Amino acid sequence: MMRGIAAVLAGLLSGALSGVGAYTFLYARGASYLTDNPAACANCHVMNDNYNAWERSSHRAVAVCNDCHTPHDFIGKYATKALNGYHHSMAFTLGGFHEPIAITPRNRAIAEAACRRCHGDIVQAIDRVHAGQNMTSCIRCHPSVGHLE
Amino acid sequence: MIARNQSPETQRKSLRGFVALLVAAALFSAVATFGVAALLVNIFEHKQEARNPFFRVVDLTDDTEDPAVWGKNFPLQYDAYLRTADMTRTRYGGSEAMPRTPTEADPRSVVAQSKLEEDPRLKTLWAGYAFAKDFREERGHAYMLEDQTYTERQQAAKQPGTCMHCHASVYVPYKKLGDGDIVKGFEKMNQMPYAEARELVTHPVTCIDCHDAQTMQLRITRPGFLEGIRAAKAAQGVSDYDPNVMATRQEMRSFVCGQCHVEYYFQGPEKRLVYPWTKGLKGDDILAYYEENGHKDWIHADTGASALKAQHPEFEMWSQGVHARSGVACADCHMPYKRVGALKISDHHIQSPVLHINNACQTCHKFPEEELKSRVETIQGRTMEMRDRVMDAVVALIGEIKAARAAGATETQLADACALQRKAQFLLDFVEAENSSGFHAPQEAARILLLALDYARQGQLVLR
Repeated sequence: MMRGIAAVLAGLLSGALSGVGAYTFLYARGASYLTDNPAACANCHVMNDNYNAWERSSHRAVAVCNDCHTPHDFIGKYATKALNGYHHSMAFTLGGFHEPIAITPRNRAIAEAACRRCHGDIVQAIDRVHAGQNMTSCIRCHPSVGHLE
Repeated sequence: MIARNQSPETQRKSLRGFVALLVAAALFSAVATFGVAALLVNIFEHKQEARNPFFRVVDLTDDTEDPAVWGKNFPLQYDAYLRTADMTRTRYGGSEAMPRTPTEADPRSVVAQSKLEEDPRLKTLWAGYAFAKDFREERGHAYMLEDQTYTERQQAAKQPGTCMHCHASVYVPYKKLGDGDIVKGFEKMNQMPYAEARELVTHPVTCIDCHDAQTMQLRITRPGFLEGIRAAKAAQGVSDYDPNVMATRQEMRSFVCGQCHVEYYFQGPEKRLVYPWTKGLKGDDILAYYEENGHKDWIHADTGASALKAQHPEFEMWSQGVHARSGVACADCHMPYKRVGALKISDHHIQSPVLHINNACQTCHKFPEEELKSRVETIQGRTMEMRDRVMDAVVALIGEIKAARAAGATETQLADACALQRKAQFLLDFVEAENSSGFHAPQEAARILLLALDYARQGQLVLR
């Protein structure tokens, strides 16, 4: 009898929690974050300007957000998504982040590597000279190719 | 677990353990559900704010002067606008709230610090002029009318109604006075004594001074600027220039500020406000204009020179700098875009960009705030060092002319030195009175100071 009541109670509790959790996940379009759709990155309006700028940039036809902002291997990509997802959702929910938002060193390195993934052949002569820690930064001189904001 | 063949003692114990486990599970579930529900509501709120609601609760017309009424439709902009009452110092500018005992003539209990007391050389520079009586650090827009009404300069000299052009919201009063024609209203008010004109105005600068009430588009409402820019463009070969029709939106984001933050003088007995721009916007261009028309602001008390006082030529100085050259408007740094919820609005708390470097500078300059601040202060520090040297030179020239006069030199003998004092003094003042301490155009400020220094030293040489 007791065991029955306990099982029902425990079931109700965990069911209610997972129900609210599932609804929140759907309402927040949680699954969209697992895709490559650039609109997902602007789900929360913080990225609106970046998204709008990307739509007008030279790279809009050849690269989406993930092409430049996540590594190109499966584990690296989803680990980066998880890490950024954690930082972004904490910042957006709790507030108090620095504006204008700025890229972190880790994410900058990922973007720089992405430039070279496509344009490596034509820049290897420059890169070879400055290889290592002081690698030449592409976006220092080409800040507008992805999105100037 | 509750086993059947146990003593009542053991049974009670395991029942207690079971209840404790159930309570712990319920607590855990409650906390977790509480957190998820809070997150859900937070997401809901963020989605709501992303809808950018605009509620038109009042109808604004071309006669709505009171900013509080505009504020009902635009509460975020209005809240920021009210904050121009804040007083904050920066390294080389800004204002500090100084307590004072209110009197019958001047009921202000707080004023900004006196620049005359900070630097007594200014009294020598402006001897015989009202500015030598009272000159304080400028406060925010909220105080423009109050500080103008109660400055001791009002007692030192008879001020005309022209002052209202930039110290009050005059668009609606000009329209009423001119029966619908702001230029006619402007001409009438210019000729009134200050006190009489003061009765006709109510607010410091308000929404309607820069915005069209129907479209919210930027609009020039000041006859002084309309006439000044038309004359300046005509001198460049552009006829009938009208900024309200011909300027781009980005140009308007500087022009509305240039309605007042400029060098000016009062022309003739009708006290018409004129911006002396037909020879160009540079300090020496403006000096050449005054040299040609012979205008003087006052006779210097120590030397008898026909002196000129430069007034806050921010628009002119900015126009010579790299930011203007790159298409950066006044509003980009002094009213930068800021995020309020999901809205991006321009910050109507107009203030020094140094007080919000992140929004003002970092949008373009991707460097840490401390680095950017130190760049600004380096430029300003160098300008102030040059300004100090030049001021010493001009004060020395004034001292020498005064001594020569006391020793019996005639007007004719002193004429050349006085003419050079006039030039040196104006150009020094052009940088001194400009409110960026050189930042708006560092190299141009240095060039103007160099000219001033040269004129001051030439003045000393002609006395030998």
